[in-house]
Amino acid sequence: MTETIVAPPKEIVDYLLYSRHGSTNAMMEDYLNRLRRDKVDRPVIFVGMGTCGIVAGAANTLTSVKNYLNEKNINAEVVEVGCIGLCAHEPIVDIQLPGKRRLALSRVKGEMVENMLDNVLNYEVPTYNVLGQYSHTSQEAWEGVTHLGDLPFFRLQHRLVLKNCGVIDPSSLEEYLAHGGYGALERVLRNYAPSKVCDIVEESGLRGRGGGGFNTGRKWKIALNAPGDEKYMVCNGDESDPGAFMDRAIVEGDPHRLIEGLAIAAYAINSGKAFIYIRAEYAVAVERLRHALEQATQAGILGYNIMNSGFNLSIQVREGAGAFVCGEETALISSIEGKRGMPGPKPPFPATRGLFGRPTVVNNVETLVNIPPIIDNGPDWFAGIGTEKSKGTKVFALAGNITNTGLVEVNMGTTLKTLVYTIGGGIKNGKNLKAIQFGGPSGSCLPEKSLDVSIDYESLTEAGTIMGSGGLVVMDEDTCMVDIVKFFTDFLQQASCGKCIPCREGSRRLHEILENITRRPVNESGHETLERFKGVLQLENLAEVMRDTSLCGLGQTAPNPLLSALKHFREEFEEHIFDRKCRAGVCKDLRVFAIDVEKCTGCTICARKCPTMAIIGAPRTPHFIIEDKCIGCGICFDVCKFVAVIIK
Amino acid sequence: MNFPIEVNNKTILARRGETILEALERNGIKVPTLCHMPGLNPTGSCRMCVVEVEGKRNLITACSYPVEEWMKIKTHSPRVVNARKTNVELLLSNHPDDCLYCERNGNCELQLFAEQLNVRERRFIGKKNKYKTDPSGSSIVRDPAKCIVCGRCVRTCDEIVGVSTLGFIGRGNQTIIGPSFNKQLNLSSCIACGQCIMACPTGALHEKRHSGDLQNALHNNKTHVVAQYSSTIAISLGEEFNLKPGREINGILNAALRKAGFDKVFDTTFGADLYLIQLAAEFEQRLNEGGRLPLFSSDCPAWIKFLEQWHSDMIPYISTCKSPQQMLGSIINRYYADTYHIKTEDLYTVSAMPCTAKKFEAQREQLTHKGISDVDAVLTTRELAQFIKLNGIELQQNDPELADYPFHIRSSAGKLMSVAGGQTEALIRTLYFRLTGNELKQPRINQMRVQKDYKEVKIKMGKYTLGFAAVNSIALAHKLIEEIKAGRDDLHFIEVMVCPGGCINGGGQPIRKGSNAIKIRQKSVYDLDENDPIPVAHKNPGIIGLYTDFLISPDSTIARDLLHTSYKKREVPL
Repeated sequence: MTETIVAPPKEIVDYLLYSRHGSTNAMMEDYLNRLRRDKVDRPVIFVGMGTCGIVAGAANTLTSVKNYLNEKNINAEVVEVGCIGLCAHEPIVDIQLPGKRRLALSRVKGEMVENMLDNVLNYEVPTYNVLGQYSHTSQEAWEGVTHLGDLPFFRLQHRLVLKNCGVIDPSSLEEYLAHGGYGALERVLRNYAPSKVCDIVEESGLRGRGGGGFNTGRKWKIALNAPGDEKYMVCNGDESDPGAFMDRAIVEGDPHRLIEGLAIAAYAINSGKAFIYIRAEYAVAVERLRHALEQATQAGILGYNIMNSGFNLSIQVREGAGAFVCGEETALISSIEGKRGMPGPKPPFPATRGLFGRPTVVNNVETLVNIPPIIDNGPDWFAGIGTEKSKGTKVFALAGNITNTGLVEVNMGTTLKTLVYTIGGGIKNGKNLKAIQFGGPSGSCLPEKSLDVSIDYESLTEAGTIMGSGGLVVMDEDTCMVDIVKFFTDFLQQASCGKCIPCREGSRRLHEILENITRRPVNESGHETLERFKGVLQLENLAEVMRDTSLCGLGQTAPNPLLSALKHFREEFEEHIFDRKCRAGVCKDLRVFAIDVEKCTGCTICARKCPTMAIIGAPRTPHFIIEDKCIGCGICFDVCKFVAVIIK
Repeated sequence: MNFPIEVNNKTILARRGETILEALERNGIKVPTLCHMPGLNPTGSCRMCVVEVEGKRNLITACSYPVEEWMKIKTHSPRVVNARKTNVELLLSNHPDDCLYCERNGNCELQLFAEQLNVRERRFIGKKNKYKTDPSGSSIVRDPAKCIVCGRCVRTCDEIVGVSTLGFIGRGNQTIIGPSFNKQLNLSSCIACGQCIMACPTGALHEKRHSGDLQNALHNNKTHVVAQYSSTIAISLGEEFNLKPGREINGILNAALRKAGFDKVFDTTFGADLYLIQLAAEFEQRLNEGGRLPLFSSDCPAWIKFLEQWHSDMIPYISTCKSPQQMLGSIINRYYADTYHIKTEDLYTVSAMPCTAKKFEAQREQLTHKGISDVDAVLTTRELAQFIKLNGIELQQNDPELADYPFHIRSSAGKLMSVAGGQTEALIRTLYFRLTGNELKQPRINQMRVQKDYKEVKIKMGKYTLGFAAVNSIALAHKLIEEIKAGRDDLHFIEVMVCPGGCINGGGQPIRKGSNAIKIRQKSVYDLDENDPIPVAHKNPGIIGLYTDFLISPDSTIARDLLHTSYKKREVPL
């Protein structure tokens, strides 16, 4: 995509944008049908080229596909699409033959391409790696192939935000237009005053998807009514929670939709300048976004006097250097201003004094992508989805020990059980669920008994967690909760910007206390044990003060993983503290090994490898481990060929 | 507009638009603050001023939150006190426990908090960051281990001084404050003004001590030790001895220094008078001969360093006059030493200044004579106070004495140099006399006495109408230079002082947070000027005598050689 970006010719853009108001043109309609893939003349091969696909080997697959077509001299169209959400099945290749429905194949590695294409291009369904088929009514179905919509993964999803992701070509403005894109922007510019747009969004009940959950329309109104001749609209794409990739997938799969949502939002608050703050690490997303912006600008959808409405808008992409704290809106604003990304006190809220001291609205990617369908279908339609107070859908990134890792979108009000077991396919390798971590490192863990909780802002808060931006990490029984909390605390102490005392110093002490209880004492002096217990006694008070006094959300929520784990998994902490035992065997330092007398053959290898000479025994007789000398390194466990070494 | 709010179950009146902190302070309720700096936008970083507001989930910072009608505030509830205490303990957990060895022992805000909040136990034990001190700067020593990252120095350097040398480096608990790229101070753009020291709550920033070998010099019979002290010190030193702020103690200071063993004690105000004469002469010469104008003042070494590194092309516009300290230093070394037959190698000159940049100045290559500095040691006001205490001298029990001949008389114009705008005022007096032959009817220039960072006055002197400006901020000086480069030509003399308020608020002055000492010191200077018998530098009989005996005239070769200097461009990362 490095070649010069060319927007579609003006007459096509105009037709696509305005056709719904005027006469139809048969030739154009035919062209439109092709863009929508309602009709294809030659085979079309779609390769999932989201970051997840590329990592799984999609680039290789793509080359193989192209080589195959070249070698066999087949006239076919190759389209690079984003991710449809089934990351575990990447690289995904879809093939649409003339007259047939689009067929999706999973895990197509480069070397499998030849075989696959041989089959499919001859109208034969491969015997393996078939994911399913799309449901175009106008086309003939493949026999014996499930519809994607019937797969458990998709059946209970409601793909509103992710509608186009993985389906359309993200680099084609025409395709987006053919699917009704920029229609909402056009309608807004033609029919509505900014305050009316705010009203519509407020009525729809859309709440910020970044985690705060503030009513989006109301936020816009505050900025719209704030005094000031210049206002800024900012899109927050600084998604940095470990295990979260909603924004990335959206920008990679459907960048124009984000631009449309952002443009509507900018219009609604009377802003002529908008910024998209996105992580520089999202290289593919940044590239597609810049490409889409250039296309939209060339086509007159952005820039000066957009669609003759008198509305001007320029959108700039700002790449973040990867500081977690820059996801916090005031820190993000500082970062855009070119300063060190550190949060500031609120009030003043950005809606009254934000970027460069002007009224600014900061909205999350997912929030903005929700805007065009709300305009298209009206606020009542949106308000009809979800629960009483949480409207619409929510995208989640499923990660961890779950079968279907990937990106899913469900109606608000869906239960966790549905999400994890039906859509997510349950726990990997038939293990048991232990905990679900919600909302990234500063979210909290819910135990198995919370599976019936409904996913909406209120219920989650009641259950003791937060919606967060949509990262959801599933943990099985082999997970040590103390270790997990330690991991998140470590993440946060490194992510802290260093500005306020409780977060800067507190997160480090919190981490140290956790480190102390997950290791053996270096020397068994009374002093060290005393310090360890002192730390444990301070744990809750420290967490409390951090939550109470930290400057921004990062510090305020930093103790959440700890507090929630203490609430639901207290016994595990107590085991670590009092018995120096880790039931999951994760905390290496606490492991104690023993030798099964029945299985030990006396081969002496463990005794020879033990770094502390903790294993004794004569050759060809069972060996023993002296517990006091054992440092839990696990070498004996690894070297034993007879599985005689066991974790006690 | 006032409205009632409830604080600690009592009603107080708050004003619309003010912060909770302002409302509390006005009503006499004290909430501890650390990162708060009056007059600047709150950053809310230290969390010391948190209060409990009913209906708010978290504690909120009083310094940044605007007060609202519905508020019910608790300023010292157990929850609030526990939070403050825990935060102080967290700071202490990463602080070197070496108060007894610290510069700021007894005058440290962290120490004070620990005491007030009754911290009596090390509850949080863990790793401490290890840093080396940075002694590379000529004036300022940075000790990151003692830094509590409150950011006051950063904001001072950026928003008050305007050079932005200090900034945050690193993230999380590894955050430290230092010059760009964590370079050493001597390689940085630091102008050594020392305002960061004044802002620092702990001992993380302090001046470089010059008092080390002073004691040896004083007790060495061979060495002739001479003191010169700044006109400003005479006004502020008393504060270190709990005297009434603003009281001028020239007399007892002379006596005290003699008691401590100084062979001669001179008043640098004499040097200030000399500076004014030379400056006026240089100005007149430039005016008459079409030299570069406007002329920039040259007595503030921090300003000189700023110009050398940021606007080296403007160097020809700076006056070539040495500062009063260095002028007196040269005169002592050449005139005084010759007259009294003291060998240069036996002479040890100590100056006491309200300034840290003077330490830097004394070491400037251009200000040495045959490789030896004219001033051997520069003490700050704080160091001088400590020196007097060290020598067991009860300051108050001295009877006033005069400074030593021949530099014992001063004008009140020289004294004015202590305050921002004062130099311009003093210069105008002498310049008017030089250009018109008459004394100003009204020597007091009110335009130069207003409380503003930028002051300007136009005065008709003979055939000229001259524009004078006094700038009291680097940021404004920077702006003014840009204007001059763009063609502004109505100004003829520009005084630049880096420290807010001038030398009375210099980086070497007593550290007194939140006191109104600056205003009192300023008033004291103006009061002294009111009825002084010698209100102008050119009427100082000592100065007249010096010219008659030695210098001949301001543009004689010897005056040029001894009293003028040069500047050079500096390459530092900006």
